Formats: sequence, C-alpha cells, structure tokens
Amino acid sequence: MIQLENVTKTYPKASRPSLDDVSVGIEKGEFVFFIGPSGSGKSTIIKLLLHEVAPTRGKVLVNAKDVTTMRSWKVPHFRRSIGCVFQDFRLLPNRTAYENVAFALEVIGKTKAVARRVVPEVLELVGLGGKEHRYPHELSGGEQQRVAVARAFVNRPLILLADEPTGNLDPDTSIEIMRLLDRINRTGTTVVMVTHDSNIVNQMRRRVIEIESGRIVRDQARGVYG
Amino acid sequence: MLRLKYVLNEVLVGLWRNVTMTVAMIITMSISLFMLGASVLLYMQVDQMKSYYYGKIEVSVFLRPDVTDAQRQAIDQSITSNPLVAGKTYETQKEAYDRFQQLWSDSPDFVKSVGPNSLPESFRVKLKNAEKYKEFSDQIKGQQGILDVIDQRTLLDKVFNIFNGFQFGALGVAAFMAVAALLLVGNTIQVAAYSKRREVAVMKLVGASNWFIQAPFVLEAVVAGIIGSIIGFVVLFVGKVVLLDHKLQALATILTPVHNGNVWLMLPLLAGVGAVVSAVTAWITLRFYLKV
Repeated sequence: MIQLENVTKTYPKASRPSLDDVSVGIEKGEFVFFIGPSGSGKSTIIKLLLHEVAPTRGKVLVNAKDVTTMRSWKVPHFRRSIGCVFQDFRLLPNRTAYENVAFALEVIGKTKAVARRVVPEVLELVGLGGKEHRYPHELSGGEQQRVAVARAFVNRPLILLADEPTGNLDPDTSIEIMRLLDRINRTGTTVVMVTHDSNIVNQMRRRVIEIESGRIVRDQARGVYG
Repeated sequence: MLRLKYVLNEVLVGLWRNVTMTVAMIITMSISLFMLGASVLLYMQVDQMKSYYYGKIEVSVFLRPDVTDAQRQAIDQSITSNPLVAGKTYETQKEAYDRFQQLWSDSPDFVKSVGPNSLPESFRVKLKNAEKYKEFSDQIKGQQGILDVIDQRTLLDKVFNIFNGFQFGALGVAAFMAVAALLLVGNTIQVAAYSKRREVAVMKLVGASNWFIQAPFVLEAVVAGIIGSIIGFVVLFVGKVVLLDHKLQALATILTPVHNGNVWLMLPLLAGVGAVVSAVTAWITLRFYLKV
C-alpha cells in the first residue's frame, strides 16, 4: 500500500537531512505509528505521502503509484484516495459540521444529493449525530477533531493520514479519538499516524516505527512508546 | 450545474468583499481600454482617410509670371506625354483668382489686398499612381518657366503625422494605464486568495482539481475586466457622438466620417482584450500564491 525506498529528504538551507535513507513498507489495512522527538522527520513522511514535498532521493509509492514522478495535474485526483487529519483540525469556521464535511465532497464534484445521503451517515459514525448544525466554535476540541475525521473519511479513502491528531486534546478525549481511528481502521482503511503521545501508543499496541534524526531506529509489530 | 452556481457565487462574493479595490481595478481598466479603443479607431480612420485623399491628390505645376507661350506649350507637351500622368487641367491666372475669391469670400479685405495678377497660372496634374510623385516632379522640374511643383501629398502627410502622433500618444497612455490595471488585478487576486486561504487549503487537501480552485479567482478578474471594457466602450461611443457628430462637426467634414460600425467593432475588441489580459494576469498571480 505504502512503500518508501531509500528516501532522503533535505530541505533547502537545512544542515542535515530530515529523512536519511529511509526504507519502509506498509501493508493494506495496517495501523502504524510513527514516533520520535520533534524535528526527527516524522511529519516529513506525511508530507511526502501527500506529495506536498518531493524527496531529494529515493522513491515513494502510494497505492502502487509512484508519487515522486507524478505529474502535478494528477495530484488532486491522487489525494482523493487519502484522508487527512491534523493537530489543528483545519475546519472552516464559518461552516457548520455538516457543511464542513459536505464542502469536501462538493469541491471534488459530488452533488448536493450525494452529500445529503452520505454526510449524516459519516457524522453518525464519528459520534456527532444531532450536532450536525453546530459551528466549530460551538463544539469541543474532541468534537471538532471528529468533524475533521468525518471529513477525511467521507470519501472512503484507502489511506488515512493523521499528523498528531491528539496533540491539542486532553487524555480522555484523545482515547476517544483513537477509538474512532481504530474503528475506521477496522473497515479496511490503512491508518498512518504520527505522534509523540506515549500514552496512546502504549495502549493501542500496534506497529510502531521510531525515527530519530531522520533514521528508523526501531520497527516493532506490537510496540510501545519507548 | 451545481459547480457553475458555486463558482458564480464565489465570483460575486469575491468582487463585493473587496469592493474598493474592485472599483479601482475597473476604473483603470476602463481608461486603459478606452485609450486603446481610441487609438485603434484613429488608426483605422487615418487609413481610410489616406485611401480617400490619396485618390484625389493632384500635383500642381505653377508657372513663372514671366513664362513665355513657347515655354508653356513645352511644359504642356511634356506633361501630356509623360507616362505617369492620368490627366491634367490648366488654370489661368484669372481662374486662380476667381477660385481664390470664392474661397475667401468671408474676408473681403484679404481678397482686396491680392491683385488678380499675383496668383500664378498652373497645370493641375493627376497621376496614375500618387506614390510616384517624386519621379514625376524630378522629370518635370528642369523645364524652363516652372515656378514650383507642389504635391498635396506633402501637405496631407503633415496632417496624418499629427493623427499618428495622437494615436501613439493614446497607445502610450493605454499601455501606461494597462500596467496600473494589471498590478491592481494581481493585488486583488492576492487579497482574494488570502481571504480564502482556509478554503483553498481544505480544497487542496481533499483533492479539488486545480481549475476548480482557481476558476473563481480567474473569473473574478475576467468579470472586472469585461465591466471595465464596457465602461471604456461607452465612454468611447459617447465621446465620438458628442465630439465628432456635434461639437466638432466642422472638423468631421475634413476627417471623412467615422462609421458607427467601426466604433461598435471596438466593443468585442475591448471586451476580448480586457478579459484575456485579466485572466492571464490572475492566472499567473495564482501560480505564485496558490502553489499546489
């Protein structure tokens, strides 16, 4: 599903590479944590998978497509097969929960009728039934992140990327979000999560890949934080 | 259909959100396009006048006051036999004087000051090809008894040079204003892109196509460009009617009439130039500010 082959990424003006000759494979349906201290290069992996940055050397394969050589006009369509959740939610403040999710559908050409059918369903799935018409500022942090997860998942992507999704949440809320991601993983969606929340990693007991100074120092099938 | 409605709505909201900038953009755009239209019209006009007047042009061969009959006959002979000549008329001193009196009948004092013998007799020669004036002049000039050979063309060229000057001036102003208009378009698009940065980020994230992200911004510029061109055209049309058809009607008789059809032709031209230039500017701006 995801394949990094000898990937090195050096940002311009950086003294050392963010990722240094990294090779890793992730199978369909896996749940993977990338852990490591700040600046270790784990967020760069998300950016590479989204084609937000290109690797300096090496190959990035997603869904059997070579992201590195992908034409820029093909990128939007490629991104429709990937859902994305971030620490800062990235919701549109002037739209309700329903509208935020529907927006993601409408801008890729789905009709309002499709949105009316699919959006309530996915909001129910993430546990926001009854709160469809609240604005982000009327929702708690955990609820906002649920909206973000609903938006990432509404298009039924093959892969869900989560960049520190619990970074702004308290421990209890974090656990709830993790349950939600786990549920999504069980539908067959590959989940890749970048975090430094040791509590969560220890509870989930999933595959853990630890990165330090741009290199993989540990890759464990049912790992703990460290 | 849904997407069209979305895009149109975005365009209107976008133009309204930044209305002072939109107005500034439209005004500069309309001035620039008005100048462009005026200069194109002037160009067409000069072209039309050239073909009109050059067809009527005559070369005047003025004879010296002391010309002898033999000399006059020799000149007549060489004009008639010259292959460049299409036709000729002879004007005596008396005829020249009558014409002069008629021409200046409004100012009898001036007419009185000129005696019937002070105007030279002349041959009025029409050439087959008005461009060949120089050749004809060189061939005939050496003859005895000729005072001067004058081509009306040199006179007309002076007039046309003035028109050309106006035309280049208008083009210059148009180009100058166009620079201001383009900078305003670029700035407006930047502001619009900034105020919608959250939406744009989400659209990129979920994989909206580039054209879908960019279309509202580009169309915003195109709509402003077309509005500007329509205003520019209206000013041009009103200017033509007020100035040429009324206030300066006297001038219009010399100018050969400016056809309304030509003026109407400026509408699609200005709208096209306005729309295309705005769209390209907006698109280039977006390439810098909405990196995909």
